[in-house]
Amino acid sequence: MTARGRDGALARRMLIGLAVVVAGIVLGMPLAIVLVEAFARGPAAYLAALADQDTLDAIRLTVLVALCSVTVTTVFGVAAAWCIARFDFRGRSLLLTVIDLPFSVSPVIAGLVQVLLFGRRGWLGPFLETYDIRIVFALPGIVLATVFVTLPFVARELIPLMQEQGAEEEEAALSLGASGWQTFWRVTLPNIRFALLTGVLLANARAMGEFGAVSVVSGHIRGATNTMPLQVEILFNDYQIEAAFAVASVLALLALVTLGLKLALERHQSGTHANEERPT
Amino acid sequence: MAHATSPAAFGRPRRVIPGLGLSFTITTGTLAVLVLLPLAAMVAMSLSKGVPAFVAALADRRVLAAFRVTIVSALAAAIISAIFGLLLAWVLTRYRFPGRRFIDAAVDLPFALPTAVAGIALTALYAPNGWIGALLVPLGISVAFTPLGIGVALVFVGLPFVVRAVQPILEDLPADEEEAARLLGATRMQIFLRVIMPACAPALVTGFTMAFARGLGEYGSVIFIAGNKPMLSEIVPLLIVIQLDQYNYTGAAAIGTAMLLVSFAMLMVINRLQAWAAAR
Repeated sequence: MTARGRDGALARRMLIGLAVVVAGIVLGMPLAIVLVEAFARGPAAYLAALADQDTLDAIRLTVLVALCSVTVTTVFGVAAAWCIARFDFRGRSLLLTVIDLPFSVSPVIAGLVQVLLFGRRGWLGPFLETYDIRIVFALPGIVLATVFVTLPFVARELIPLMQEQGAEEEEAALSLGASGWQTFWRVTLPNIRFALLTGVLLANARAMGEFGAVSVVSGHIRGATNTMPLQVEILFNDYQIEAAFAVASVLALLALVTLGLKLALERHQSGTHANEERPT
Repeated sequence: MAHATSPAAFGRPRRVIPGLGLSFTITTGTLAVLVLLPLAAMVAMSLSKGVPAFVAALADRRVLAAFRVTIVSALAAAIISAIFGLLLAWVLTRYRFPGRRFIDAAVDLPFALPTAVAGIALTALYAPNGWIGALLVPLGISVAFTPLGIGVALVFVGLPFVVRAVQPILEDLPADEEEAARLLGATRMQIFLRVIMPACAPALVTGFTMAFARGLGEYGSVIFIAGNKPMLSEIVPLLIVIQLDQYNYTGAAAIGTAMLLVSFAMLMVINRLQAWAAAR
């Protein structure tokens, strides 16, 4: 080996070392401290913190909100991908930009607009009060704010894939006499199922973990309008640090499961692609 | 692949693929009702007391200070994210070492981890008695409850944008250009500056801009660690929440509208950059 080669090996080692340190400090330590703090007083205290009635209510509400908003996001995502990837029309690229819009808007604004529309002094406030309909500081507002921030997730996964796949298989099914819906259920859906699952997974993670948007519309009513991230905030501000981290650890676990499943889905997807491309 | 989007498909008397009407209606209807109308209502609300009131709401000293704090810390964090992100992307694509796949997967953690969880984790880490904070106390550096803390939170949030933007470019970079430069006697530094940097500069700038845009609107990970001192470490999204708590809807709407304008400007910059990168 020449002096230069040794020099290269040294630079390589230093760069790898530096990257590991950066990843450890920026990514590893925040995750580690959540688990350490959550179990600071032992497993019994951890379980007791999770079994708290307010926390259980928060978990139930979080699941309910995610269920509602992910349903909307999924239907929207499939419809958006269908019309953008299968048709050409004027304003198509504008529509693409608008679909991505929620990504570039602060989550606090996603909550703010709900209050401005449906709040007591909002545009529709007097109307809603007359009919005794509660949206802000109640479930509908939380769902609306969550839908706002999660809306692009499924569409984002499906559009590039469906554009790449093209419409040949669907056209073949239609020309053989299948109806539009038959084609969708039997041809399109099986082709996009992994990307669809990935999108649903990411939308669900964001919906369950959303803080800014939900914080503005929730009103922080314990046992009624608190989602898990809000419960984390309340416990943390109450100096119930272990309890806050206990709830946070459940959300961290959700994040890890989401990442793991996403990796598995991606590997599966590239696997099936490789199989299709292989000549038989 | 190009079939569905070819001009021929556009001019056909009868479309082969059905469902344009339904999918287009669902897509645009959802966007209009859940995203565009609420945002329009916010803009209308911000101007409901006239333009002078709108300007006055923004010209407030505390609001201007919050904009300065938010923009400066988002910018600084995006620069650090760009440096760390380039390092991680380089090491992950160029070197094989134990734990590489693990770090590669961990890069997505900030996308999946709820912001409130990141917020309390970073606060616990960088508090004066925290794992990292305790090491910084002898150096006279305090991170938690100062503007530095905002930067730390935004680096966590922004890092994956840069890594995921640069990584594919480095993976596709043809090795023969580097090889040719090396054979012509270029030093490692020259190769990096003249061959590698020009190739990944557009992606790096895109990642930087996305990290910056995300940092401007970030709320959950910041408010726990920032300390939220008016004029010093208060971010713009928090001001919206404060205005809403005081039932000052027009003030909150004015700040939200200003943020939206900044977001639009960022979106245009990102689009330009992507067009510029695609043209290269």
